[in-house]
Amino acid sequence: MSVAPAKPSWTARTREAAVAALPPEKLLPDSQPTYVASWIYIFGVASIASLMVIIGSGVILSLKGPAWWHDTSIGHFFNSIHLWAVELFFFAMVVHLWGKYWMAAWRGGRTRVWITGAVTFLVAVPTALTGYVSQQNFDAQWIATQAKDGLNSVGVGAFFNVTNFGQMYSYHVLLLPVAVSALVVAHVLLVRRHGVVPPFPLAAEWPRAGESENAKTPGLTGVEGVSSDADGASS
Amino acid sequence: MISAGVLGAVFNLNHSAHVVHWHFFQMSVANIVLIVCMLLVFALAILLPFPGSRRRAGRP
Amino acid sequence: MSLVGRLRSHDDTQSWQGGYAPYDLVKELVIAVGVITLLAVLFTVLFSSPDDKPSTIAQWSREMPANFVTAAAKELSGTSATAEYGPPYNHNGEGQHAAFLYPQKWLGVSHPINTSNDFVIGPLKTVPDDPSLHSALAQYQSAPEKTQKAWGEAYAKPLEEYETALEEKKAPPKTVSVDSSTGVVSVQAPGAGPVPIMMSGLLDLAKSGGLDGTLLTSRQFFQTDYTKPLLFMSDGGLLAERAEAQHLLGSQWGMMNETGSYPGQAWLWLYTLWYQVEPFKASANADILVMLVMGVLSLAFICIPFIPGIRSLPRRIPIHRLIWREHYRSAGESQPDA
Repeated sequence: MSVAPAKPSWTARTREAAVAALPPEKLLPDSQPTYVASWIYIFGVASIASLMVIIGSGVILSLKGPAWWHDTSIGHFFNSIHLWAVELFFFAMVVHLWGKYWMAAWRGGRTRVWITGAVTFLVAVPTALTGYVSQQNFDAQWIATQAKDGLNSVGVGAFFNVTNFGQMYSYHVLLLPVAVSALVVAHVLLVRRHGVVPPFPLAAEWPRAGESENAKTPGLTGVEGVSSDADGASS
Repeated sequence: MISAGVLGAVFNLNHSAHVVHWHFFQMSVANIVLIVCMLLVFALAILLPFPGSRRRAGRP
Repeated sequence: MSLVGRLRSHDDTQSWQGGYAPYDLVKELVIAVGVITLLAVLFTVLFSSPDDKPSTIAQWSREMPANFVTAAAKELSGTSATAEYGPPYNHNGEGQHAAFLYPQKWLGVSHPINTSNDFVIGPLKTVPDDPSLHSALAQYQSAPEKTQKAWGEAYAKPLEEYETALEEKKAPPKTVSVDSSTGVVSVQAPGAGPVPIMMSGLLDLAKSGGLDGTLLTSRQFFQTDYTKPLLFMSDGGLLAERAEAQHLLGSQWGMMNETGSYPGQAWLWLYTLWYQVEPFKASANADILVMLVMGVLSLAFICIPFIPGIRSLPRRIPIHRLIWREHYRSAGESQPDA
């Protein structure tokens, strides 16, 4: 009597799909293509680092509640760290974005990397807004009474009320940070999967003196020697 | 109006902002400094050499 | 080339077949977190952060009693900005629209506010031991709507003239006087019926702080929704006066700014820019128009990889040659001689 082979479980299938997409050496490589050699490349990790400081300081602020920073110097200290980390986050994100645009980093099947990055930036904006209207000070009063008009005009104000502190605090402390973090995780996993975008291939527009326009284009094969695996995207 | 935490700062920024006006354009000095810094940092990031070039070039 | 062909980019990017160099990602992250933390702490120590105390209705009524009473009269007669706002607060206006799009109307009234009852009559009913006030309230509520409207207009007229004179820095009319020591506002308004007593009662309630409280907790003890007190205050002049002093008004590009001399939300630069130029500047539908423009631009930003011209600009303006100069140099050196 023969036994039919068992169907793979959902768990096994999930694991196998995850490992196939991102084997450990691709998830956490200890080398990068030699073209990853510019200070512009640090702004992605700087954005992530800023987000971690925002979340860390935010956790401390939420441990003590929204009134704490008005009442104590140490509370105000952590609020200041939170605010400056937000400024650093947007600073790093925008410089990262500029770099990635001029590198056309969506090339080579990396469209979703660009899309997740762009959406992260766009979701970070209302995340900051909900923070500003949760400050419970004059700035919060003014921003809330102004922002409501823009949101009401497109109907969003019907279910997202910037003058409702309770709702805004919930969005700011939980819902939107989870959204931003999930988008950042997706973005980074996609970068790991596809690798850092290679340089534009050097074409005939950059011939060396005396070289014909039909010379073999350098840059595609890069430095001779160490080869990557089949798809080359193992960074 | 000013809390104890702010009084502890080295520079007190709790005064009315200086604003730059140019035609219809108005921006606070703080925001201008921020944006100029971003452009400067971007330029420097592209132009400054990244360490380790010998290690990358010398790899067999 | 077909449209689809044009939309499909000519992507000659190939997988990297070249060399790799050691790169410690985890160490890079740890260093980055350390540097960012240090920077955030440094800026905190140098500059701290702003925390201007919030305004209250009590402060507003004490510092600007005539302005408070003017706003309160408009709330009672249903002619204030909030009263005529439309959705999501009431049906007294259609809200903004863009061509055939009326999302503000379509999404309906989700946070109903009747300014006459919620901001004036309801709070006044909570005032104890004031027979003349309660008699005035009863008189007002039992009168027909046409009479209530006439009383409201009779009372509001001298106050509006007073506010206009102050704005234009002219001598205010004698029909309105404000006692600077007591903050009592006297309005000569024959034909205003019980409205003067009601307004005077509301001013007293506001000055005591009772109006801040009752607007917040009118429905239940525990409350986190500040919509009513904020909308009432925004119908007056105190918030706008403070905002103007801090360069936070829309016309001052205020959306980007922070109180004091702190950097603000510089990333809102394009959003606020539209409000400074026509046709947005003078439009009654400025908000929806700007939101639509920014919505389209945001979508375009997400879809840059699909937009011909925009996606090929990096290739044509070769900033990448600076970024990858070491790669191009070493790739050129490794080329066999022709």
